[in-house]
Amino acid sequence: MSDGAARERPTFTGPREWVTYRGGLGMLMWGLHRIAGLGILLFLTLHIVDIFLLGFGKDVFNSLIGIYSSPWAHVMDVFLVFGVLFHAINGLRIIVQDFAPRVMLAEHKLVVIELVVLFVIFVPAAWALLAPLFGG
Amino acid sequence: MASEHRRGGGHARPGSRGFEAWAWLFMRVSGVVLLFLAVFHLLWMHYVIGVDNLNFETVVSRWSNPLWRMYDFALLGFALVHGVNGLRMVLEDYLHRPGTLLAVKSVAYVLAFLLLSAGAWIIFTFHVPA
Repeated sequence: MSDGAARERPTFTGPREWVTYRGGLGMLMWGLHRIAGLGILLFLTLHIVDIFLLGFGKDVFNSLIGIYSSPWAHVMDVFLVFGVLFHAINGLRIIVQDFAPRVMLAEHKLVVIELVVLFVIFVPAAWALLAPLFGG
Repeated sequence: MASEHRRGGGHARPGSRGFEAWAWLFMRVSGVVLLFLAVFHLLWMHYVIGVDNLNFETVVSRWSNPLWRMYDFALLGFALVHGVNGLRMVLEDYLHRPGTLLAVKSVAYVLAFLLLSAGAWIIFTFHVPA
């Protein structure tokens, strides 16, 4: 436990910090980008395992790939689609800002445009996945 | 050590020309590649084929064309390396004890290597049944 005096230990003052550390829309996008990225990595792990099961033959593969058509899988799938679309569009914004630093001045405007584009694509995509659950 | 975060996400380009600078560049280049490979794959599988129609035959018909195998291998490689480097940056931000960081990173790299090997193996050795 003796890690010296030099190490910086940021003091945590409560959950308010989670939205106010740097604050605002910018920090929210930063946090969502990370959570979406980690979620996609988790799904990628599952997906490599399920495709690997092809090697065990048709019956094993078909019995396990069927989990993706269950109602709960459809709900989880909506999170996956949101995560990938968000990470893709937000990542594109970050790249544009990195290579054209001048547009950083308009970051807030870019974030608003990004969110509009995201929802125009995401809402029908989510609808298509969820409608069958309600007999649509 | 990771560079300073920007308000809206991302990092300023690391000043050195060492590993972090190459990692920074790789994330952006692979990000653009995945913008096409991963988003197309996601939309195609969900809205052209449909997740309820995925089965052995679907994969057999895709992988009877070697170009789809190349596509899937590129997607696997770019996505996994991009994802593991992202995980590395998150771990370096939150794990402050050098021993813990090294241990968790080692486990992550070994797992990633096994996943990449397993994925590549099935993509290139899977025989389409006659």
